[in-house]
Amino acid sequence: MSDTDTIETVLGFMPPFAKTMGMTVDHMQGGLPVITYDYGPQVMGRPGFLHGGAMSGLMEIAAIAALRVTLGKDESNLKIKPVNITINFMRGGRELRTYALGEVTRIGRRVANVEAKAWQDDPSKPIATVFMNFLLSAPRSA
Amino acid sequence: MNDERPDTSSPQGGFNPGMFQQMMSTHGHSGHLGILYRAHGDSWVELELPYTPELIGDVDTGVIASGPIISLMDNATSLSVWTAIGKFRPQVTLDLRVDYMRPATPGKTVVGRGECYKTTRSMAFVRGIAHDGDPDDPVAHVAGTFIRIENFLG
Repeated sequence: MSDTDTIETVLGFMPPFAKTMGMTVDHMQGGLPVITYDYGPQVMGRPGFLHGGAMSGLMEIAAIAALRVTLGKDESNLKIKPVNITINFMRGGRELRTYALGEVTRIGRRVANVEAKAWQDDPSKPIATVFMNFLLSAPRSA
Repeated sequence: MNDERPDTSSPQGGFNPGMFQQMMSTHGHSGHLGILYRAHGDSWVELELPYTPELIGDVDTGVIASGPIISLMDNATSLSVWTAIGKFRPQVTLDLRVDYMRPATPGKTVVGRGECYKTTRSMAFVRGIAHDGDPDDPVAHVAGTFIRIENFLG
């Protein structure tokens, strides 16, 4: 699938929550989508800073998108269920555009381990990272 | 907001989580999600996240996304720290772990109960659950830490 097609696919499965937060795909990096949103009242925590929950929401969508894209077309009917998430906060997010990129560490038969990180002006200075575990299951009707 | 720190103390002194959340609910991320104050005790705070279609994470089922639950629990546990120590102390989340036990029932309000079980000079340790009516059948369980900082408003 071309990068343009992948971006369309990712935008297609973004849920209402992602849309209400202003999330979109910024660009593709190594075949995976970089998810982004602009700073605004909907992501503000304490005045002048990103809300930790808003950062987590962005990284979670980036992790799901990375997993979906990595699973690809062949397994697009596989159900993915988040089991847990661990978030580490490194820096306060400022009034800037924020980016997040997921990376799949392993896809097993039943579990997928996915990481994601968020950054603002400098990708080498993450503001937060997440580890997520997903349960994978075939759709019941299949 | 200006440099003035909001007065969130209660008439008897201490910290008033209801007043603080009410202020947060009028703007910012909490306001956008519609998070409201519900109740508090000596070292715990309950907030609620009413169901709205805008928060849906799975369009096939109408189940809300997990992101708003993280935000709800971040807020509830954060407020529980100030409630436990009886004053506002600038802090940021260091880490937070959320276990999703089951999807929240579409249409139901999600209640987030955060509890601060230990504070030190620099740290606060918290835990909590999110449920949609029955605390014995939680939607999620969380554990996390907050670290004290010098300047909350940057």
